[in-house]
Amino acid sequence: MKRPPSVKTIAKGVEPLAEVLWEDQEPLPPPFDKADTEPGFKRLTEKAGQTLVVLDDTIALNIPVPESKEQEEKLVNGFISGLRKSISAEDNWTFLQPFMLSLEHCAKCQTCSDSCHIYLESGRNPLYRPTYRSEILRRIYLKYIKGKSRWHHGDIDLNWKTVTRLIELSYRCNICRRCAQTCPIGCDNALMAREIRKIASQEMGIAPKELHENGSVLQLKVGSSTGMNSLVVKDNVDFIDEDTSEITGIEVHTPFDKKGAEILLVHNAGEIMAWPENVGSFSLIFQQAGLDWCMSSEAPAYDGINYGVFYDDVQFARTAVRHAKVAAELGVKKIVIAECGHANKALTVIADRLLTGDINVPRENAIVLLRDIVCSGKLKLDPSRNDFPVTLHDPCNMVRLMGIVKPQRDILEAILPPGRFREMEPHGVHNFCCGGGSGFAIMSGHNFADWRHHVSGRRKFRQILEAFKDEPMDPEHPKYVCAPCSNCKGQIRDIFAYYGATKKAGLHYGGLVELIVNAMVDVKPGYINFEDEM
Amino acid sequence: MSIVLYIVAYAAIVVFFGAVLLRVVFWTKMPAHVRWELYPVAHEGKKASYGGSYLEEPEWWTKQRHVSLWAEAKAMFIEIVFLAALWEHNRKMWFRSFPFHFGLYLIISATGVMVFASLLALVWPAAIASWFGGLLQVVTIVLGFAGMVLSLFGAAGLIHRRLTDEDLRDFTSASDIFNLLFFVGAFGLAFITWIAIDHDFSLVSYFVYNLVSFKMAAIPVHGTGAALFGLTIISLSALLAYIPMTHMSHFVGKYFAYHSIRWNDAPNLKNGKEEEEIEGLLTLPVSWSAEHIGGDGKKSWAQVATEEVKK
Repeated sequence: MKRPPSVKTIAKGVEPLAEVLWEDQEPLPPPFDKADTEPGFKRLTEKAGQTLVVLDDTIALNIPVPESKEQEEKLVNGFISGLRKSISAEDNWTFLQPFMLSLEHCAKCQTCSDSCHIYLESGRNPLYRPTYRSEILRRIYLKYIKGKSRWHHGDIDLNWKTVTRLIELSYRCNICRRCAQTCPIGCDNALMAREIRKIASQEMGIAPKELHENGSVLQLKVGSSTGMNSLVVKDNVDFIDEDTSEITGIEVHTPFDKKGAEILLVHNAGEIMAWPENVGSFSLIFQQAGLDWCMSSEAPAYDGINYGVFYDDVQFARTAVRHAKVAAELGVKKIVIAECGHANKALTVIADRLLTGDINVPRENAIVLLRDIVCSGKLKLDPSRNDFPVTLHDPCNMVRLMGIVKPQRDILEAILPPGRFREMEPHGVHNFCCGGGSGFAIMSGHNFADWRHHVSGRRKFRQILEAFKDEPMDPEHPKYVCAPCSNCKGQIRDIFAYYGATKKAGLHYGGLVELIVNAMVDVKPGYINFEDEM
Repeated sequence: MSIVLYIVAYAAIVVFFGAVLLRVVFWTKMPAHVRWELYPVAHEGKKASYGGSYLEEPEWWTKQRHVSLWAEAKAMFIEIVFLAALWEHNRKMWFRSFPFHFGLYLIISATGVMVFASLLALVWPAAIASWFGGLLQVVTIVLGFAGMVLSLFGAAGLIHRRLTDEDLRDFTSASDIFNLLFFVGAFGLAFITWIAIDHDFSLVSYFVYNLVSFKMAAIPVHGTGAALFGLTIISLSALLAYIPMTHMSHFVGKYFAYHSIRWNDAPNLKNGKEEEEIEGLLTLPVSWSAEHIGGDGKKSWAQVATEEVKK
């Protein structure tokens, strides 16, 4: 293992500080336990390694290596300027207290290390410790902002390498906050990663292209990070309605822009593009349950994503305010957010203290409403239609960070035959992240996708394999991973493709609503068709 | 000589409580932040057992929120007294950190008993002269002795671990070691004093009585014993004043980390009390320099969040 020998190494040399090697990693459970069952890990090109800032095996940000002293100074000064703003009540009231508490009170006991799936699956490489990046930031703060001596809190050199590698390192954390759960003092190293991202984005204009230009900027300009405008969304949903009607035998119609409707349903627009069956399932269930609801064709309310939550408070606030404004103008009683973890957390929890007056429209998680529908008897359900093993992935944003744990389990109990559900270990609020959190699921520049499959997503894949350990691991016995979150679903899709898990072990994935529709007696049997996915 | 010790002790008490108060004020005066809770949230009562929240309820904003202060107090008690998170997630560290902290609690308790006995002696001398006074003295001895031993063992164990564990060494600064050595030195001196000249805690109890009653009478000890007692009082006083100046004041931060962040799930209801404060915060100026923000220090958060985005 190539390990950074100390915190101070971040300021030295230009070579990668760490390399994750298969022999350092704990083998996966069967049938992926042999070296030859692991796909190759694509390496960075020589050109990328020479022209861009390199931290480890991959690159998330494309920061060019500075070519002059002025460029080097600009990076350092920009970071220090941003750090000063991040401890100011005016510029960072949104997170000032949580940030300062974590900055000042960490006892550096490393209790959090073993809670981090990235640290564990890297073969315990110190670079990926939750405290590593926080400690660097803390030392910069104490030495260069507070003027404390190194005797107090350890030394650090501040140069362009320190700054750029630290920013790159903030994109080796899924911000799942599992580490924060274990901290005896209450420090939050995930928040520290997010604050570093904020300094980079809000002050220096550095952010991953997928999150910023192709993400939040595109959403604010066009309405959706998918690039879909209002007309395209309506057209696509019309097609989805047609397909769903044909497959289920029930005529489905998705209402749009219904003034005064009780519910505005907001999807992650990625569902419309990648998992239309999820959108169709929602429409069918809401229609059959007799709800007064609609979707919006007003930008950006047809796309519930808010990538600002991963890296930029201003982009976050802009998106959240626009979402809420559309709902207020429609005059709906509540916004219901579909199967997207970060969209739920963003609009319901984090934006809660941004939305005031007329735009403070109540928000509800769709799974809570679905539990009401399923348990109320409004739908005729036949659990025997879901007669295959099912495990549940708990999306961090919805579970650990919102406390929505039981409704999805109540639903599964009602729609699965006895004995078919098995929990992952650990699960609920103690779950592991899918490895695609905080934007990773949509980031794939250079070999970043390989890194997130090989390192950040490996723990989730391990959990899935362990959950089905008593089942035959072959394609003839389909096994279903229920992931009620778009980003998590995308990450699980990519992991399965990377390892060939569907063909090799019969692993399939999907949302929760698809399972509900599959159990509906009025629907033609075979809504979930495993053969199509092979 | 004794008067110097009283002055040092008074000064340390003033510095300690003053600095802690300043820290409390510092954290209290911070602006409200966005919600950043982390489940399980202790006051959710029954739902806390599996990490659930009021957001699991349909139309939660129409329902009365149940906040169980009892469940919160219980969770705090278990965490503070037994260091539950460390026990669960870092057992090796717990075996050193728990005795250290629990020893401190016992020493604080012994001090509390001495203060109580002093007050009782002032207002009801007969009670102290009775069997009850004797009982208080025995309790003081037991708590004080156990506290010193546990804290010394824990502090030494923490130093050993910080210096020998590869995971901790790189993150350990000189001040971390100094802080622990300070505890070992001060409590070590106190332990020697207890063995040598004050095994029934009568001298220190007398000192506390004089502090409480502002009498500042001479301590009945001479020669080497006086020097030892004086050094002990001075080092313990210095330690008391030093703690809130360092990150060892994390006992203050921990309260806010739990109550203001991890467990702060209070919703901002329409026309509720939070709205007014939030509206004030949204008028604060933004000066972030990135091009997509263009904060000039004049535009407010509300303006930046709602301005037209270039198409």
